[in-house]
Amino acid sequence: MSHDDHHHGHSHGSAHAHGDHHHELGFWQKYVFSVDHKVIGIQYAVTALVFLFFGFTLMMLMRYQLAYPKGTFPSFFAKIFGAANMPGGTMLPEFYNQLGAMHGTIMVFLGVVPLAVGGFGNFVLPLQIGAPDMAFPRLNMASYWVFFVGGVVMLFSFFVTGGAAQSGWTSYPPLSNIAPFGQTLWLIGMVFLITSSLLGSVNFIVTTVQLRAEGLSFFRLPFFVWAQFVTAFLLLLAFPPLEAAGVLQLMDRVAGTSFFMPEGLVVGNRMVEVAGEGNPLLWQHLFWFLAHPEVYVLILPAMGIVGEVIAINTRKPLWGYRLVVYSVIFLGFMSFIVWAHHMFMTGMGTTMSAFFQTTTMIISIPSVIILTAFVISLFGASIRYTVPMMFALAFLPMFAIGGLTGLPLGLTAADIHLHDTYYVIGHFHYVVAPGTLMGLFAGVYHWFPKATGRKMNDMLGKLHFWGTLIFLNGAFLPMFWIGMAGVSRRLYDQTKYFHGDAVQDLTVLSSWSVWLLGIAQIPFIINFFASMRVGKKVSDNPWAATTLEWAAPSPPPHGNFAVVPVVYRGPYEYSVPGAASDFSPQFVAKA
Amino acid sequence: MGGHGAEDIAKHVRVYVTVFAALLVLTIVTVGVAQFHLPIRTAVALAMLIALIKGSLVACYFMHLISEKSIIYWVLTLTVLFFVFLMLLPVLDVGGSTGSPL
Amino acid sequence: MSAEIKYITEPHPITGVSNAKLGIWLFLASEVMLFGALFSTYILLRVGSNHWPHGWEELNVPLATINTVVLIASSVTMVMAWASVKLNQFGKFRMYLGLTVLLALTFLVIKFFEYRPKFDHHQVWLHDGTSMRGHLTEDDDEQDYILFTRDADKEHPDVHHEAEKIERERIFRHSSFGPGHSNFFGTYFTMTGLHGLHIIGGVIVNTWLLFPGAVMFRTNRERFAGRIECAGLYWHFVDLVWIFLFPSLYLL
Repeated sequence: MSHDDHHHGHSHGSAHAHGDHHHELGFWQKYVFSVDHKVIGIQYAVTALVFLFFGFTLMMLMRYQLAYPKGTFPSFFAKIFGAANMPGGTMLPEFYNQLGAMHGTIMVFLGVVPLAVGGFGNFVLPLQIGAPDMAFPRLNMASYWVFFVGGVVMLFSFFVTGGAAQSGWTSYPPLSNIAPFGQTLWLIGMVFLITSSLLGSVNFIVTTVQLRAEGLSFFRLPFFVWAQFVTAFLLLLAFPPLEAAGVLQLMDRVAGTSFFMPEGLVVGNRMVEVAGEGNPLLWQHLFWFLAHPEVYVLILPAMGIVGEVIAINTRKPLWGYRLVVYSVIFLGFMSFIVWAHHMFMTGMGTTMSAFFQTTTMIISIPSVIILTAFVISLFGASIRYTVPMMFALAFLPMFAIGGLTGLPLGLTAADIHLHDTYYVIGHFHYVVAPGTLMGLFAGVYHWFPKATGRKMNDMLGKLHFWGTLIFLNGAFLPMFWIGMAGVSRRLYDQTKYFHGDAVQDLTVLSSWSVWLLGIAQIPFIINFFASMRVGKKVSDNPWAATTLEWAAPSPPPHGNFAVVPVVYRGPYEYSVPGAASDFSPQFVAKA
Repeated sequence: MGGHGAEDIAKHVRVYVTVFAALLVLTIVTVGVAQFHLPIRTAVALAMLIALIKGSLVACYFMHLISEKSIIYWVLTLTVLFFVFLMLLPVLDVGGSTGSPL
Repeated sequence: MSAEIKYITEPHPITGVSNAKLGIWLFLASEVMLFGALFSTYILLRVGSNHWPHGWEELNVPLATINTVVLIASSVTMVMAWASVKLNQFGKFRMYLGLTVLLALTFLVIKFFEYRPKFDHHQVWLHDGTSMRGHLTEDDDEQDYILFTRDADKEHPDVHHEAEKIERERIFRHSSFGPGHSNFFGTYFTMTGLHGLHIIGGVIVNTWLLFPGAVMFRTNRERFAGRIECAGLYWHFVDLVWIFLFPSLYLL
């Protein structure tokens, strides 16, 4: 609870435009246990990218099992995973389940959220509001390290007896209650991750409310800041119920309670000796009370990035800025009362289903407004097709597919057929992978020059873009057909069923796309690390942008700004008639 | 809080002592009422009413919510709203499966 | 030219609060949702249960009442500690904050004595649907029976039972009155346990402010008052949670 300003924060006012003039800081304080929001942001981003890649490799393994259920893995894999997981090169179903559960957990809680919120939020938000740092720098550092410990606990769970969690990323009881020890570690890991998010969200909200530069009113905030601000509220208020649920499940597993255990549960032909009278659906309610807002935690920061990139590269103001901001607020609010649309098939009564069906239809409206505003922003613009802009443009149709395919799932009648099939997988991956990840990649290319003072290579960037776009669609588009054919998302070998065997070709296509998608990331990895050293050096404001982060040196020193910025106008004043150039930065007084 | 001068603080201290006394009395009342083993609905209503009064006293005077800045009220209003959704959860669950709430 | 973070001590001109105060309220907002979820769970499980005992049948109401008084008193001493900082009375501040910590520790000790007997006391459910309460006199895994001493009947409290043999094959389940006993006890231990963890957290923070942290009383009293206020807000919140826990678990 302490809120010290860091003791070395005041000595850097000098106009040095170099980040590495921190004579008094040793290596550990500067790069590892740093309280500087930019270093923490980069720590988050790099850790998250590593986790994203790790989570992705889990999926590449699963796709092999799905594509070639009768075949065996190459001996190389059999050797790595050993007889416990892959005897004779055949992946055990238990191992497959572990990969599935951990893929979801890692991608959502250790990959996308830390990258979108911890990474971009930490790095960009204080810069965009003209603050020297987050309001609570040490809390910020604590947030990263708590996240890190949570991640380590999750990874460690692969090595314990019985392996990692294997009850899906949703961990539905009673299955998860009777799962091996890995599930306990999953719960402990989640408690760490949730705590980290809570610390982070408190910091984001206080920083945005208290530390905005002079003249930067709420309706002069860049859209990205708004997106992060709403996201922080979602994290703050939606995560605690899951923390409570995690504690309850932990009690069920460790202390023998039966919060989620029904009476007379029989496992392995034996009645489980617990008190019973628990309610497995209670977990689903608490889980989705978080996890639906969590969907917006995943998407809003990406929308924020896309809004920024589009405005800058169209050289036009973002169309309907206020409308978009109100939509984001409304979206955040509504996201708290749609959770039970994940539970239509649990025997919920028709009145409740009708209620949640209605709220679900309503929540699609602000998403459509935002997307439409972005599309209208493109109208009549002379678009600069830079790499970040290409990713941002691709975000629009990808997210649209993800959003529109969600409507049938939100309608109770259609959901009866589609629930728990590959259609659902296709739907939410279009939102999160081709959608959010496209936005996040746009962000990486867009703010890389600010973080390093160098630009990422365009050629490699374009290679990365086209590979990613094509193979993401190759991976997820077939899933709609597989799902409509009725194939369950949990199947280990769909060819055992007639309706699954009939669409096996599509599954093979999807698998190959996934592996090629992996290869398509190689240019990005090379580009990312090589550009840090040999990328083209650029000015402080290479994109000719208007928002405050471009007023700071690249990379910004500790304390960020050489001169405390003052804001004179709204965030997207591009091509103002009569202005000297086609952009009028927020931080430059009117001539 | 009005001001934080010595005079004001002395006034606060008197308020704190009064609130303390009120909390003690209400604790005795709620325990006393419980001895009658009233029908459960009445008992719940009474106990929650007394708890609500006690909680409000703590929040208003010890936590100074009676004279707080509007930003804090905004945060708390939002929280209360989502708290209500959360408390609706059991109603939804039971009502959803049986057709009648609670 | 300054890289100072603003509004650490002095309030923001528009919002009127310091960073820390807004921060602690946001944190408390998330705590409301945490305990809210547990209360929601409690209601759902109780409503859905076939048999849920009244709190006063199973739990120690006198001890909990004393604890309620202890916690309320600690809230008063906490707020008095803050007032003492404001009035620049270091001695009084030390006394009040010290009392707060002592009262918190008293709460924990009483809690311990409330918890402990629950783990010595057992209930045995038999396959024929009956159950009995008492003490496990012998529970040797080698034997195919357990020795169990029933509690005295309510009607004849002075008639004590002898230990009796119960064959394991007749037993459906036996459990102490710990969290695994029933959802009532599960809820009771989880909610009071989590609340207890919050008490421990408060003790740690307040002890720090009482000793090493108190240096700031002399170096930057305004800021120190802010810290005590934040610690106080947290502490009153913990008290507030208990004000709702107490009737919910013990009196209903």
